[in-house]
Amino acid sequence: MGLLSKKDLKLITDPLADNNPITIQVLGICSALAITAELKASIVMSIAVLFVMGLGNLTISLMRNIIPPKIRIIVQLIVVATLVIIVDLVLKAFAYELSKTLSVFVGLIITNCIIMGRFEAFALANGPIRSFIDGIGNALGYALILVIVGFFRELLGSGTLLGFKVLGDPIEKTGVYAFGYENNGFMLLAPMALITVGIIIWVQRSRNEALIEDN
Amino acid sequence: MAKNTESNVYTVLFATGMVIVVGTLLAFLASSLKEKIAENKRIEKQQNILYAMGVNENDESSVIFISKDIVGEVFSEYITKQIVIEGSKPVGNSDAFSIDLKKEAQKAKNDAYTRKLPLFIGNKDGKEYYIVPMRGKGLWDAIWGYVALDNQLVVQGVFFDHAGETPGLGSNIKERFFMDDFVGEHILDGDLFKGISVSKGNADPKNLDKNDYEVDAIAGSTITGDGLAAMLKKDLQLYLPYLKTIKK
Repeated sequence: MGLLSKKDLKLITDPLADNNPITIQVLGICSALAITAELKASIVMSIAVLFVMGLGNLTISLMRNIIPPKIRIIVQLIVVATLVIIVDLVLKAFAYELSKTLSVFVGLIITNCIIMGRFEAFALANGPIRSFIDGIGNALGYALILVIVGFFRELLGSGTLLGFKVLGDPIEKTGVYAFGYENNGFMLLAPMALITVGIIIWVQRSRNEALIEDN
Repeated sequence: MAKNTESNVYTVLFATGMVIVVGTLLAFLASSLKEKIAENKRIEKQQNILYAMGVNENDESSVIFISKDIVGEVFSEYITKQIVIEGSKPVGNSDAFSIDLKKEAQKAKNDAYTRKLPLFIGNKDGKEYYIVPMRGKGLWDAIWGYVALDNQLVVQGVFFDHAGETPGLGSNIKERFFMDDFVGEHILDGDLFKGISVSKGNADPKNLDKNDYEVDAIAGSTITGDGLAAMLKKDLQLYLPYLKTIKK
């Protein structure tokens, strides 16, 4: 690894597992519950967050010595909001169909607490390059959980993956539906997303007991 | 750098500077991309209108529009007339395409205002299609659509879209399995206006009965479905005085 030093590499790998923003830091839960009913929406949201998170962390880090402490949260919000509007406008102009699928999610990025969380916890105290890498790493960690949850919710809830009927046709009764299998519509509702995230947290902590907090 | 970032003067200056920089940047970006975005919206609207009258590239199960490179030509080929209706009569030759349904609905809240209703008339293989644009409310945000009727006022095709319905649930109103159900449905019982309801638990889930004024709902999206049915009823009714004059 000539490109990244070991310490920098950890910035990417940590959020993927032992310091995952969703399952360990419990940030960004709201969007993880809201949009994971379909795998495609999860992937698209992940890419959007990746972009905003990387550039946002970079911008805040570059500005970290001149931001007045009294209004730093407001400054951070403005940076996120500006980036989100830029993404929105550019998508509308150059990738209109994609911007239609994204519609609500673009706006939702602003409220994503991972972004503000990383600005506060990392970008304000670290250099631009490391902050950028940290942003990418955390966005990837977020993406990983989103894709896992989206995969199971779409598969069990609609019997499809990315819109393809992988389990057969529920109305024509082909594939597994021929044996009496039914889609579980409950998977499409937010409570099941929370339970799915809960199961991931459980699996992760039982594999690595160091992650279990003392009570 | 011995800057006092704590001082009030600095804070105010910083905030002002930031607002100016960000404001300029966004204003510049928005105005330079404006034309491109308007162009994309025109393409989308033309694709949607053509889709409703059955001019599309659909395969077995997915929605595929006419390609955006040729949609302009195809649109002028199939859409023979665009009219604006006030009450029951077409007025002048104003541009139906640029009428904003949302603004018209706002203006119509004033009783003295006669709402301008855009209608697109298409011709495919010698058959006339009357394409009614409409706009309503779903669960979270606006929903809208285009309904193509023939001169018997039987639905020939629809296209629905939404701004922010729940993915996997309400968002399915723009999927084939839902939209295709509308084809062949009647909206009039003799002279009586019925509209089309979106009903759950109806006795006809495969939608074979085309005279029941209802289609099968999408599980888990009751409010989107109800909003859609309300939109159909409300907006088709506005056009009814005119549509009755064309009914043969």
